[in-house]
Amino acid sequence: MKEKLIFDYTRPGKTGVLCSGPAGSPERHLPADLIRKDYANLPEVSEVETVRHFTRLSQLNYGVDSGFYPLGSCTMKYNPKINEKTASLEGFAGLHPMIPDSLAQGALRLICELQEYLCRITGMQACSLQPAAGASGEFTGLLMMRRWHQVKGTAHKNEIIIPDSAHGTNPASVALTGFRVVEVKSNSQGWVDIEALKQVVNENTAGLMITNPNTLGLFDGNIRQVADIIHAAGGLVHYDGANLNAIMGKCRPFDMGFDIVHMNLHKTFSTPHGGGGPGSGPVTVTKELRDFLPGPIAARSGDSFFMDHDLKHTIGKVTGFHGNFAVMVKAYTYIRMLGSAGLKAASETAVLNANYLLKLLDQHLKRDFPQFCMHEFVLSGRELPNGVHTLDIAKRLLDYGYHAPTIYFPLIVKEAIMIEPTETESLETLDAFASTMVRICEEAAANPELLKQAPVSTPVRRLDEVNAARKPVLCA
Amino acid sequence: MAYIPLTASDREQMLRKIGVASVDELFSDIPEDLRLKSFDWLPPSDERETLSILKGLAEANRAAAEAPCFLGAGAYDHYIPAAVDAICSRSEFYTAYTPYQPEVSQGTLQAIFEFQSLICALTGLAVSNASMYDGPSALGEAVLIASSYTKKQKVLYAESLSPVYLAVVRTYLESGSIELIPVKTARDGRVDPSDLSSKLSADTACLVLQNPNFFGVIEDGAALKKILGPTMLVVCADPNSLGLLAPPGSYGASICVGDCQPLGLPMSFGGPYAGYLAVSNDLMRKLPGRIVGRTVDCDGKTGFVLTLQTREQHIKREKATSNICSNQALCALRSTIYICLLGKTGLKNVSCACLDKAHRMAEAACKNKGFSLRYTSPFYKEFVLDCPSNAAKLAEEVFNRFGILAGVPLSRFNPQDSNGLLISVTEKRTGDEIVGLSAALAQVAGGLK
Ligand SMILES: Cc1ncc(COP(=O)(O)O)c(C=O)c1O
Repeated sequence: MKEKLIFDYTRPGKTGVLCSGPAGSPERHLPADLIRKDYANLPEVSEVETVRHFTRLSQLNYGVDSGFYPLGSCTMKYNPKINEKTASLEGFAGLHPMIPDSLAQGALRLICELQEYLCRITGMQACSLQPAAGASGEFTGLLMMRRWHQVKGTAHKNEIIIPDSAHGTNPASVALTGFRVVEVKSNSQGWVDIEALKQVVNENTAGLMITNPNTLGLFDGNIRQVADIIHAAGGLVHYDGANLNAIMGKCRPFDMGFDIVHMNLHKTFSTPHGGGGPGSGPVTVTKELRDFLPGPIAARSGDSFFMDHDLKHTIGKVTGFHGNFAVMVKAYTYIRMLGSAGLKAASETAVLNANYLLKLLDQHLKRDFPQFCMHEFVLSGRELPNGVHTLDIAKRLLDYGYHAPTIYFPLIVKEAIMIEPTETESLETLDAFASTMVRICEEAAANPELLKQAPVSTPVRRLDEVNAARKPVLCA
Repeated sequence: MAYIPLTASDREQMLRKIGVASVDELFSDIPEDLRLKSFDWLPPSDERETLSILKGLAEANRAAAEAPCFLGAGAYDHYIPAAVDAICSRSEFYTAYTPYQPEVSQGTLQAIFEFQSLICALTGLAVSNASMYDGPSALGEAVLIASSYTKKQKVLYAESLSPVYLAVVRTYLESGSIELIPVKTARDGRVDPSDLSSKLSADTACLVLQNPNFFGVIEDGAALKKILGPTMLVVCADPNSLGLLAPPGSYGASICVGDCQPLGLPMSFGGPYAGYLAVSNDLMRKLPGRIVGRTVDCDGKTGFVLTLQTREQHIKREKATSNICSNQALCALRSTIYICLLGKTGLKNVSCACLDKAHRMAEAACKNKGFSLRYTSPFYKEFVLDCPSNAAKLAEEVFNRFGILAGVPLSRFNPQDSNGLLISVTEKRTGDEIVGLSAALAQVAGGLK
């Protein structure tokens, strides 16, 4: 441990930020048995020590601002600083969520316009910004399907089809919403296997959830046919927008036949990932599904804006208030900066960067799919020599000062290495990363121990995860 | 183009290397009929213009800085120490993602471990996870844990539970077979013990209790737990109150959830906040989401990792305890720093100041003719003021004439409740503001009659 725990700085009597209490004891207002006896084992540390403690912790971290972060499926693009500034403007940050609409016109306009922008981008007709992240958006979409079938009199439909390449949240959301997961195979091209799909579609099919480009970084050219098959069976189709960064301005989920789309503002729209969150997972839908959205949603009436609570079939609320508003401010800022042409350029460049990097790497690691990739690609470490694994490549990259790519996902590629450079990286960065990867592959052949022992230059080395789970210590 | 560092010649070089003539060729897997012909609906703006657009939008709101804010109901205007923003602005924290590579994420991991420890200290429970989306969704997940652990389908909830929380819990239970059964609020504002006894049965999974409840009233958790016996108690608590109030673990709660907003998070029109979720030891493996544990590296050095991952979606897929993946880590970090900066005495001082000022406010308001406290039980930083006339109209007038945000009218949640005003008083409210609101209420009520 490079930095001791905050609790280890405690000395009784020290206080941090001055904050005065009232005169008189709380017993004036409360019976003693409602008051805590131990006053909690909270730290007693000065402000300067607290600031230094967390500053040192920050220095043990690696963010997008530290360097290249090619974490596939997560779209770790640069987070513009202007976003941070606008989201912390007092008129936004100090705004109470229960304030009357008339006193929040700026916030409501922003929400309403962001809803409209996201509809433009996806081709859909209505939007709710309430879901808190991608998985929350999946949950929302699936509950809308459930309600839709109840309203249509097809409530017996209880199966959701997902490709075998799907992210773990997809099946988990399906289970959380009371549906049964039915998996469909991918074909050798990495697309949904149409024959296999026809086999699993039946009268219980409630819908399908899919990412496109899929988690292999490939655009499924049969997508319209996939949607048609589900629609013909009376189901709905949900677009997991984790990979929307590949297609803005190029094509739209609506035209592909989707009924429901969720996006990740923390991926496509440049809002920072916060060390794990907060994200934001807006949902856009066709006009037929508008009344099923979680409400309220923002709406206009002439020049003024209001929260519309009048959604006949709404699934209810998925988060307490309006969702992660400050994240929306950042995404809105980003979209206003780029404009529609800038969004399209972002997607085109993300795809260009990915294909360029793929070209530099595919002679060195196993590549299963010959097509052009979209904004990311998946290689495999399964043919590495000397018992070297994908994990070892990832750890060795840390020694060279990079964040590792996503590894061991998607599950259908053994020893997967999933690389997403994003559009915000320069040619120099891509070239340097590629030569490092090539060098690591050479090390795997010549000196495999370098990889198996890696990392050696990080604040800690490989950690004992087995024991961590066997004898959990979760609290100081 | 903004944020794209490639020159025209870079692009040429890259296309040549790939072996295509244009970027469009890379999109050849997209069928012709799906390709967009035009995408021109918003002009770009430079950074200065964008800032001015956003400033315009921000200024079209009435933020707490310009209008004394007595609104609560789940989001509160507490003071946030400057150091919270300073530390959270470090991009090593905010531009990282989930600590999948622990060797380069010890900062995030240790901070989460400290967060978990602080939540355990505040709630009096053994295990906490790394955060949930918000308090309401944490409560939804808590109810799912209780039902799955006890294999029982009936969930009692105190009617004094926030309607905001209840709405989200209902959504989480939408597709299952769990039945939600309300327990009445007695005239004193607390759970009616006899109604609880009569509704308790062998297939009750748990009682969901908010404490302090939606009306600000502090419940007698210990007495309720006595009635419950072995039935599980799930408590939803404002963590800022736990600087002063008995920790839910001490009166028998097995699960405690709440929203971290009152611990250093700006109100931001409702989010992002962070839910916390703490449980007793036996429920550890039922927890949703990320959990950080302490371990050692191959050199024997202490370090931190994501642990107990076999509960989670990326491993267990449809058998996972939850679908949550991204959480609200940066918000949890803010709360961690907030608690550390205030420390033992500071947090207690804040809690005591809220308690004291809320009581001063209640006393002042009730001196006005026609106003009274609805409930007689002890309360914390919120209370229901029964007004002599329509509370929503009254609050609107108070804002229009005096520029004070007087409280949340309960008619927002229950149209029949026209006279109730939920007033929230944090440590930020000054004596003058308290006197000011009281005087404003009196004047407006006099005029409205
Ligand atoms: C394809 C895909 N789907 C869903 C998710 C879940 O999104 P979130 O973490 O925002 O809940 C992810 C996240 O990494 C993803 O890559």
